[in-house]
Parts: sequence; structure tokens; C-alpha cells
Amino acid sequence: MSGVRVLVGTKKGAFVLTADGKRKNWEVSGPHFGGWEIYHVKGSPADPNRLYASQSSGWFGQVLQRSDDGGKTWQVPGGEAMPAPDSGGRPGQSNKFVYEGEVGKHLWYDGSPHPWEFKRVWHLEPSLTDPDTVYAGVEDAALFRSTDGAATWHELSGLRHHGSGPAWQPGAGGLAVHTVLLDPTNPQRMFVAISAAGVFRSEDGAQTWQATNRGLQSQYIPNPEAEVGHCVHRIAMHRSRPQVLFMQKHWDVMRTDDGADSWREISGNLPTDFGFVIDVHAHEPETVYVVPIKSDSEHYPPDGALRVYRSRTGGNEWEPLTNGLPQRDCYVNVLRDAMSIDALDPCGVYFGTTGGQVYGSPDGGDTWAPIVRDLPAVLSVEVQTLS
Amino acid sequence: MIRVVLPAHLRTLARVDGEVMVELNRPPTLGAVLDALENSFPVLQGTIRDHVTHKRRDFVRFFACEEDLSHEPPTVSLPPAVVNGTEPLLIVGAIAGG
Repeated sequence: MSGVRVLVGTKKGAFVLTADGKRKNWEVSGPHFGGWEIYHVKGSPADPNRLYASQSSGWFGQVLQRSDDGGKTWQVPGGEAMPAPDSGGRPGQSNKFVYEGEVGKHLWYDGSPHPWEFKRVWHLEPSLTDPDTVYAGVEDAALFRSTDGAATWHELSGLRHHGSGPAWQPGAGGLAVHTVLLDPTNPQRMFVAISAAGVFRSEDGAQTWQATNRGLQSQYIPNPEAEVGHCVHRIAMHRSRPQVLFMQKHWDVMRTDDGADSWREISGNLPTDFGFVIDVHAHEPETVYVVPIKSDSEHYPPDGALRVYRSRTGGNEWEPLTNGLPQRDCYVNVLRDAMSIDALDPCGVYFGTTGGQVYGSPDGGDTWAPIVRDLPAVLSVEVQTLS
Repeated sequence: MIRVVLPAHLRTLARVDGEVMVELNRPPTLGAVLDALENSFPVLQGTIRDHVTHKRRDFVRFFACEEDLSHEPPTVSLPPAVVNGTEPLLIVGAIAGG
């Protein structure tokens, strides 16, 4: 029997929400890792029981957690006193993120050079084919990879050593690799997005990278069309068309049809083109979802009405989806990793808010209902489609 | 044996209740206790001090016998009462919030 598992990261722990294919009745487990910030939880496409979670704290730093039973139990890889022979890697290394080679410097807020310093893992992207391989997008911006189930990590330093690295500068939220997209048709090809540097593409398995921001316009940097410096909030891909990407930028909703060689604006009739999340329908590659946010300083929906906007035309023409969502006095935000799509038919759409609600729609966005209402502020939402 | 009291979140991470005991085979310094603690509980590596530099994390404190050892070098000797097990070494999450 089909079902879904929604993986929710919050400011104070992780939650796992499960339902059958009807997606009406939900079981909630958690908090897992209560009291810790859970930036991201994601399952392996190659083994849905294999989950990875990024757990962090201002006091105790980064911890990586792994589950091999769909989130029922968790362990820190290599964290046991005597690691089992098949646990992979050396003990106590799963939270060791050390930049490779010369650490170098990026720009600080005041424009001065500032050494790269690891702070936390923002995003975990498991391999499409190997459950033990997972990528980590981290702050300060860099990409790491583990091939032993998160027991040890190694930087893919070609990204940070891209010639523009010294010019990268943090936005208000920090300088982080927050999105990692793997091309399902070409294992050598991947994309990352960095706030506030932009989109980068690799064609050689993350060894070398090209800045791919042509067409972006950002008025908050000295040269609005600069090669880097764009505050990209999120990019999304439909697995059937890896050449087409959609982007929610600091301002502007964008799309590319040529693998990020060039971007064009598709904000169209949106009430505001500021926002964080963007995602693509599982079965309709031209159907896209965003949640418009009023402005870069007013991080809540316009008019206090929480509306998801859907375009069935690949952008420009957008319709508000309101059925079941609060339409007055709602002043929550939806953060960049807090929307996800299931692969059932009809397609389910999920998002979480900084007010602690997780909303789900079992019909592609036509109707919505809260799955949970009172979690800690939601940082991330991922969904697994289970068969 | 040296008694060590961990903050609640690190006890959960290490899957222990109450105090932990560490045995030293070298002079009883603060650094030696942290080395032994991380050796016994590898999951704590990186959560109290940096993996590479061994610098104390900013919001972690070390107290013993009503003294703050947080700013002492790792070579500092522990008070005799901690060495003989009368008093524990306290590892504390710094106060935060209002």
C-alpha cells in the first residue's frame, strides 16, 4: 500500500509525519533530538529507510544523525565507543567538516576578507543511487561528500576554490550552500545554490564549477548583473527535464531552459516576487509552486493571507491557492527548504511555516489542511513517497 | 577515576545518565580529561571543543570546585578534589537567553 513520510526539521527537533496514500490521517513522531536545531532531514532515493539529519546547536555545534529504519531509531555514524566493523569510517568523525587545502577568505559583511569557518550543515542531498553517499551543503559555503553513510566527510573543494570565492559575501542568513540538485540523467552533473553568491554548475562530478547566473538582476549589489553576488534562495528541478530549473531569488522568480546557461524572469502576476521556497509538480513539469512573501524585511505573506501560488504554464501566469489556508491575520514565513512534493497521483504538496504549522495538500494544491499546527518553527520539509 | 558531569544534551548524545567516570593514564590536566572523555565517547568529539584546534566551543564552560577553568590552557592541573574523586569536573552549556 502506498503512503508518504514527511520529514520535518524545526528549531527544536525533528518530526516524522506518516500517512497512507489518502493523506488524511497522520501519525506524528517526535521530537527527535529535542532542543536541537534540525536544519534538514532527507531520505535516500536508493533506500527509503536510510535517512540523514543535520542536527546543530549554538552550544555544541554540528552533529550528523542517520537512521536505517525510516526514522524509528537514529545513531551518530561512528559515534559508538567501539564502532562495528561495518559501520564505516573512524569513530567520532561524522561531525568533522574540515576545509581542504588553503582555507582562504571570503568577504565579510563590512567588505573585509574573512577566513572560511565551518558553522553548520544546511542541506543534505543523498545520492540518487547509493544510500551511503550523501552531499552536504554547509555554512560557510562549501560542499562536502560522504561515501560511508555520513561517518566521514571530505570537501569537494573545487566549488570553494572557484575563482570568485574571495568575492562571496554572506547575506543576512549567512554564507551557505543551501541547495544541491543532482541531475538524474547525468551523474557527473550537479547544481548548487549559495546565498549570497548564486548558482554554480559542475559537469565533472563536483571537481570544477562554473558560475551560472547570466540573466539574474540584483539591485542590491553594485553591478546588478555581476557573475556572482546574487542571493538565490532556492532552485528546483523536475527529474524528467534536468535542463529546466526554476529559481526563487531574493527578489524575482526565474527559470532556465538551458541548464542554467541563461535565466529569465517568470514572476508575472505574482503579488510580490520575494519569497524563499519553490518546487515543481511531480507529474507536470510546467507546474510550479511558490509562496510569495511581502518583502525582504517583512517576512510574512501579503495582507496576512497565506497563499501558495501555482503556475501551470511554467511561470508568468500564477493562481492563488487558498482553500484551507488562513486568509487573515497570518504572519508566518516559509523558509527555503520547507516545501516538498510527493510522487503519488494526485500529487501531494507540503510546506512548513515559522509558526510551526505543516500544511499538506493531497490534490496538487487545490485544497489544504494542517497536518500539525504547533511545532517549533519549521526549518525544512521533505517528503518520501513509499510503496 | 575522574568524575565528569555533562550538560543534558551531551548526556543524551552520549546515551548516559548521571555522571561519567574517566580514567587517566597521564597527569590529570583539563586537556587529559577531555581527551579521555572523547576517547570513551567518540560521539562527543567536536561538541565540546573543535576537532582540529581543540579550542573550547564558545558557549561551553568548565567548572570545578567553584572555580571557572574555561579560560585556562588544557595543560592546567585539575584541583586535587577533582583528581581524588571528591568533586566532579562540570562541563556546562553557557547561559543564554533572558
